[in-house]
Amino acid sequence: MGKKKENNFESSLSRLEEISGQLESGEVGLEESIRLYEEGIELAKICYSTLKNAELKVTELKKQLEENIKQ
Amino acid sequence: MSEILSVSEITGLVKQTLENEFDEVSVIGEISNFKAHVSGHWYFTLKDSNAQINCTMWRGLNSYVFFTPQDGMKIITNGKISVYPPRGSYQLDVKSMKPAGVGELQAAFEKLKQKLFEEGLFDEEFKKPIPRYPQKIGVVTAIDGAAFQDIKSIAARRYPLAELVIASCRVQGEGAAEDIVKSIKLLNQHKDIEVMIVGRGGGSLEDLWAFNEEIVARAIFDSKIPVISAVGHEVDFTIADFVADLRAATPSAAIELATPNQDDLFGYISEFSYYNSQKMIEILRSYRDEITSHITSYGFRMPQDFIRNKTQLLDSILYKFSNLADNKIGNSRSRVDLLESKIKAMSVDSVLKRGFSYIKQNERVIARKKNLTESDSFTIKFFDGEVKIDGKEKGK
Repeated sequence: MGKKKENNFESSLSRLEEISGQLESGEVGLEESIRLYEEGIELAKICYSTLKNAELKVTELKKQLEENIKQ
Repeated sequence: MSEILSVSEITGLVKQTLENEFDEVSVIGEISNFKAHVSGHWYFTLKDSNAQINCTMWRGLNSYVFFTPQDGMKIITNGKISVYPPRGSYQLDVKSMKPAGVGELQAAFEKLKQKLFEEGLFDEEFKKPIPRYPQKIGVVTAIDGAAFQDIKSIAARRYPLAELVIASCRVQGEGAAEDIVKSIKLLNQHKDIEVMIVGRGGGSLEDLWAFNEEIVARAIFDSKIPVISAVGHEVDFTIADFVADLRAATPSAAIELATPNQDDLFGYISEFSYYNSQKMIEILRSYRDEITSHITSYGFRMPQDFIRNKTQLLDSILYKFSNLADNKIGNSRSRVDLLESKIKAMSVDSVLKRGFSYIKQNERVIARKKNLTESDSFTIKFFDGEVKIDGKEKGK
């Protein structure tokens, strides 16, 4: 799961939303609330540092090369 | 009498005459029966209200034409007349062509737009949603163009988590439309590309024309990856814009539509942290309140009250005991006092009994002469009683 968090920023964000919703609902018990809260804070930290340390990557696809591979 | 010529001879003469005379001509006319042959050559007829001429444009030359000719389009061609002896026909070999006016392109644009609209290529139901957090963003534009520079710098600022995958292509002039199509198809071979931007920066109608070509429109329509079109400026509308899943006014706007803003994300994350901490505090508080309410409930208070009542009882008993003790001590002390005074009195009485007496004046015992005020009365105390003596009068 740790790897997935790093690889998929989007799923981390939607998990955060999910946790928010669960805490908001008040339907989870105390222990579960604490567990969710800890998970959420951890995810938020990861999201924050992932975004903070990101650098734009640029890749160029070459047509000729691809066409040769195709043939 | 003129010389008798064979068909070949006369045709040869006509060919020579015409081809010499019309080596370079410009002809304006309306296109009809346009055919793009699989060989790559173009065949069409140019006409006006009274005449028509067959035209050919060879492959290699026609690749320099920035637009695809359509029937009804008025064009200005440049070329030469050539004669084809086997058919005895003459034709115009077109070297270059351009629309007779901007209106011609407009008309071609409207015609294609209408056609594709009727085919349903612009229908809302085919529009694919644009992902919110794409990891890979395809870009179809010229890698050295201003548009790509803008896209890169905005992506780096807004959402550096993304990867731009550029399939560079010509965006105007010779072969641009075909090149754009190839790039779109190339990106579609990469399943992990979640959205693509197809476009270029601003330019004239001719410059932007590739994005009005039918093949580009169809490639965008066929793309499995959602396409954001981004051609020219705000005011420029191309066929690509209508068929794309989302139209952006400019390439900069396109990358903004394709990416979330990292400032918003930072805001969201810190808001989440704050909000959920508050929520957690609230949850803990509500549990604490619940515990408190149990502790203070009647049942929980019972043992406490029992202890409190017994303590009170014990206190009152102790109080009584201490009172009793105090009283006893008090009583004893007063008896001692009484006895003591009796003892004291007894000692004086015994002296008097032996025949002594003493003088009291004004309730005080006078033991010395100097303390006696002779003018006042005094009392002599004997064992068996007392005698009051009047004081001497002054001067007697």
